[in-house]
Amino acid sequence: MKPAPFDWHAPESVAEALALKARHGEDARFLAGGQSLVPAMNFRIAQPAVLVDLNRVAGLDAIAVGADGSLTIGAMARNAAIERHAGAVKSHPILAEALHEVAHPQVRNRGTLGGNLSHADPASEMPAVMLALAARFLIRSARGERQVAAAEFFLGPLTTALELDEMLAEIRLPPLPPRSGTAWLEIARRRGEYAMMGVAAVVTRDAAGICTAVRLACCSAGPTPMAAPKAAASLVGTKLTDADLAQAAALLKQEIAPTGSVQASPAYQRHLAGVIAARALATAWERAA
Amino acid sequence: METRQIGRPLTRNEDPRLLTGRALFVDDVELPGMLHAAFLRSPHARAAIRSIDTDAAKARAGVVAVITAEDLGEYWQPGPLLVPPPPIKGMVFRQRCQVPLAKGEVRHVGEPVVMVVAESRYVAEDAVGDIVVEYEPLPPVIGLEAALSSDSPRVHADLPDNIAADVHQAKGDYAAARAKAAHLIRRRFTYDRGASNPMETRGIVAQWDHKAEKLTVWDTTQAPVFIRNGLAAMLGLSERQVRVVAPFIGGGFGPKMMMFYPEEVLVPWMALRLDRPVKWIEDRLEHFTATTQERSQVHDCELALDARGKILGVRDDFLMDTGAYNPYGLTVPLNSQCTLLNCYDVPAYDSRFRAIYTNRTLVTPYRGAGRQHGIFVMERMLDAAARELGLDRAEIRRRNLIPADAFPYHNELIYQDFAPLTYDSGNYAPILDKALHAIGYAEFAAEKAKARAEGRHLGLGVVCYVEGTGIGPYEGAKVRVQASGKVTLATGVGTQGQGHFTSFAQVVAEQLGVDVRDVEVTTGDTDVFDWGAGTFASRGAVVTGSAAHGAAVEVRTKILKTAAEHFECAEADLVLADGAVSIAGVPENRITLGELARLANPMRGAVKPGTVPGLEATSYFGPQMGATAAGAHAMVIEIDAQTMRPTILRYVVVHDCGTVLNPLILSGQIQGGVAQGIGNAFFEELVWTDDGQLLNASLADYLLPTALDVPRMDVLHTETPSPLNPLGTKGAGEGGAIPVGALFAQAIEDALDLPARGIEVSEIPLSPSRLWEICNPSG
Amino acid sequence: MRRRVTLSINGDAVTREVEPRLLLSDFIRHEAGLTGTHVGCEHGVCGACTIRLDGAPVRSCLIFAVQAEGHEVRTVESLGTPDALSVLQQAFRDAHGLQCGYCTPGILMTMTAFLEENPDPGEEAVRHALSGNLCRCTGYQHIVDAVLLAAKRLRETA
Repeated sequence: MKPAPFDWHAPESVAEALALKARHGEDARFLAGGQSLVPAMNFRIAQPAVLVDLNRVAGLDAIAVGADGSLTIGAMARNAAIERHAGAVKSHPILAEALHEVAHPQVRNRGTLGGNLSHADPASEMPAVMLALAARFLIRSARGERQVAAAEFFLGPLTTALELDEMLAEIRLPPLPPRSGTAWLEIARRRGEYAMMGVAAVVTRDAAGICTAVRLACCSAGPTPMAAPKAAASLVGTKLTDADLAQAAALLKQEIAPTGSVQASPAYQRHLAGVIAARALATAWERAA
Repeated sequence: METRQIGRPLTRNEDPRLLTGRALFVDDVELPGMLHAAFLRSPHARAAIRSIDTDAAKARAGVVAVITAEDLGEYWQPGPLLVPPPPIKGMVFRQRCQVPLAKGEVRHVGEPVVMVVAESRYVAEDAVGDIVVEYEPLPPVIGLEAALSSDSPRVHADLPDNIAADVHQAKGDYAAARAKAAHLIRRRFTYDRGASNPMETRGIVAQWDHKAEKLTVWDTTQAPVFIRNGLAAMLGLSERQVRVVAPFIGGGFGPKMMMFYPEEVLVPWMALRLDRPVKWIEDRLEHFTATTQERSQVHDCELALDARGKILGVRDDFLMDTGAYNPYGLTVPLNSQCTLLNCYDVPAYDSRFRAIYTNRTLVTPYRGAGRQHGIFVMERMLDAAARELGLDRAEIRRRNLIPADAFPYHNELIYQDFAPLTYDSGNYAPILDKALHAIGYAEFAAEKAKARAEGRHLGLGVVCYVEGTGIGPYEGAKVRVQASGKVTLATGVGTQGQGHFTSFAQVVAEQLGVDVRDVEVTTGDTDVFDWGAGTFASRGAVVTGSAAHGAAVEVRTKILKTAAEHFECAEADLVLADGAVSIAGVPENRITLGELARLANPMRGAVKPGTVPGLEATSYFGPQMGATAAGAHAMVIEIDAQTMRPTILRYVVVHDCGTVLNPLILSGQIQGGVAQGIGNAFFEELVWTDDGQLLNASLADYLLPTALDVPRMDVLHTETPSPLNPLGTKGAGEGGAIPVGALFAQAIEDALDLPARGIEVSEIPLSPSRLWEICNPSG
Repeated sequence: MRRRVTLSINGDAVTREVEPRLLLSDFIRHEAGLTGTHVGCEHGVCGACTIRLDGAPVRSCLIFAVQAEGHEVRTVESLGTPDALSVLQQAFRDAHGLQCGYCTPGILMTMTAFLEENPDPGEEAVRHALSGNLCRCTGYQHIVDAVLLAAKRLRETA
């Protein structure tokens, strides 16, 4: 299990990195933390001719909380750094909660959020979390930059809206409204492995204790991270009683499209989705109080 | 004063080297000019090889050799039958052994087809990618029952069908037992495959020294002596010309006992042919299909009981997947057949098994080696019987235990060691009682009800097992006192983490009155000691330990004789302790073992006729039959009834392996066995397609238990010494792993009250997904 | 396309000409000759190859050697010696926290860092920290005991 040969470039600026990627096109891959790409290369499933290593590029790993409670995360911020960032933990606690389930400490020490999202594994936690948080992604290329909503970013298994010459540069999370609560819940065979099902729940309530907004998204639930807007909408105006949660769970089970894996049948995955969606919503609701 | 060394929880002699990264493992061997091998392996479960084009691979820079089966000439031979079948009347046994490189047809995914040798492993893998093999895929044999149908394809075209073996053994008269039974219980069970996955994969380094005309092979084998003897014969060398070293091995668990793996045959041959050292280290991807596996069986069992729940007889008929070849003969199915009787008094037994060739990876013993299947069947049958008779599950077991005064207990079957299956000693009721007490069996009903009122699902499991250990043929040991006063012990077995450097040292130190730290143990180097069979079947402590004991006793005799001559006194007046001999009551009259060693090996002067120099002895031990250990496991599990995620709340092991050499090492062996049992029961499953492709050949998809999956466990002991060896000990390597599947099944049924819903757990491995399907058959 | 790289391993500079694809684990073992770091899976799951990169435990099988230039690599050889084991190593010996010893160096590197950040951990925290290192021999119980024992000894001598 040794990788095939490749040319390695380690640019020190974003411009240089983008120029290299533009030059080599589909032969080249960006190397971020390498925690998904390098295993694929060791298995020789991936054999890029050129690696553009982003680890020496300055200024891609900043984590900053805005005055309004918004959060921006540089694509090369290590998952462990996000997990430990006091500001991020406060502004968007679901990040640390979900990251805690991403692989193991040694992998999070090296892996990056940008790399994880660009890899777009539908079984991965963070793409679903991004959907639930209504994240926007800053995408850069030698041609310029653009912003894409998370909902438009994930197109299929390991497939994103990134063009060949583009790089995911920054993740922008809008502030959570007051009286919001979040929860990440997943069921994996073994801690740190891909979830058989995972659910991100974000709920907001008003001063009277009525639900005003819900966002729900699942991992391991289809070809991309799967949002569940109908289930979410069904809860607005309710107090998330057990009956409300059961109805939402039933809707969510219809909105997802799990395909099964060696660990779980699609029917079991769908069943799990209903169970843990209800639990995640209840937890988020409590936290919103 | 003699200090007892046996039974002390001593820390290990080998640890400082292992803890500081200084211990030598096979992949640590670096030699000048060393080449690296990689293999092109079959991507098909069954296919005809139409052509192989290696030109591009040969042309690649850095590639030294590319070899196919045709290139091996006369050296191409099927591997030896490692374990011939015991003489069982009327049996069918059809041997087909693995080949070094596939010729004409591939028979399982991962079977080697082409060997590449290059300047680095990286380049060797590049060259493997250059090779073009034209295959014609053929329909594979995968399912056990389908393999038996008359229109099934055949794994070996020269055989009439896919039956590798058909063996019937009986005890008593089952038909008569059945006729008088008050209850007949019938069930079907399946137990699927697992992979051993030691943290160190297999590996071989071979070096030919053409000046010394000597081949040195570093091999992750559990049986270095037989590898040495076999390689010498295959390569046309004398045994003196081949040295096999099994250095520190990163876990064995059985599959490293298999001989000869194709790579073991090819790497030394290449080193000779190229006159350069060659290294091959199996990668994890290769391990999943190229290293042997274990465990697919389907059992149809019938249990006949009287009205009180006493077993009158058992009939069992099972199929076992032996994979594409069967070099290990009948070891695994015989273990299943014999161990099924467990610790119970079963007057009548009628058992047939058929081993079936399939287009899957070879099956050879992996920790438990078929015993867990037998235990699973018997324990599940007793659970079903208890329900049918309205008996408590502990009570039905207690009523059937072999009584303490019935030993030696004859089961009238032939066991894997060719000897009649006789339990040497045992006292089973206290084991069960101790386990029940420790797990809180009497109070559990209340505990369960209380939890259920809180919406939590608790279940308890308690199962019994036996473990046939310490089988022959024999092992040897050489003990010597050096001029420094330190003692060396050499044996032929390899060591894979069992603490041999310490437990064997304890056995020797006990006799010689030296510090355990002053006994230097060498294992697995054929230039140091080259008799013996290997480390398998939980036999190291029993067989090698007994040989070490015998050698140490002889050396002790020599020490006292030499000292008596020196002091001109009677041996009875001497005290051997603290590395010296002194005259009783006159401690200042003292001579060290080092001085005695020098006296026993004089440089000048005359010795008496017949004198054998040195304080040294070699001793061999061959038990007449295996020693049977026993135990019980109990656990309390909590299951999330919605997600089917289990959490083990309490786990108790009560184990009886006779005299305990080192309780610290023993508890480690048991805990590790339980961890593998938990993996086997609930986490580890090899998922194959109908085409014979393995879908989860990675550690991300094949789930070894982590520190969060294995609970803290209480390990308790009873001690019923074995009469079969001077130490009174029995093996303990596999007992931890054997009963866990049966335990999980019972505890899960209890937690979810499945029997009340008409559901039973009759398969292993389980997973949350599978469990949910079992509980929700309509989806 | 080989490159000349100089890595700092356990404080020593090691300069070699290597291909960019050479894994850091292979550089440490076969170029620098520090074979205490073991390789178990080469896909980042087993944890046997864990080393510390600028102090952080990482999988050396998922990093290319060329990437480690300018960073500080620490391996098991930087801990104690057979005659002077580190507190954690000694605790592993005392609590029988290893059997075959193959996974042990990776675990020592992971848990040395863990104890620096968590001087008084509970069992559950230790098990979480260990969950990225697979051991096939011990069943983990004695490893957990060893880490807790080391934490206690380190606190007593702090």
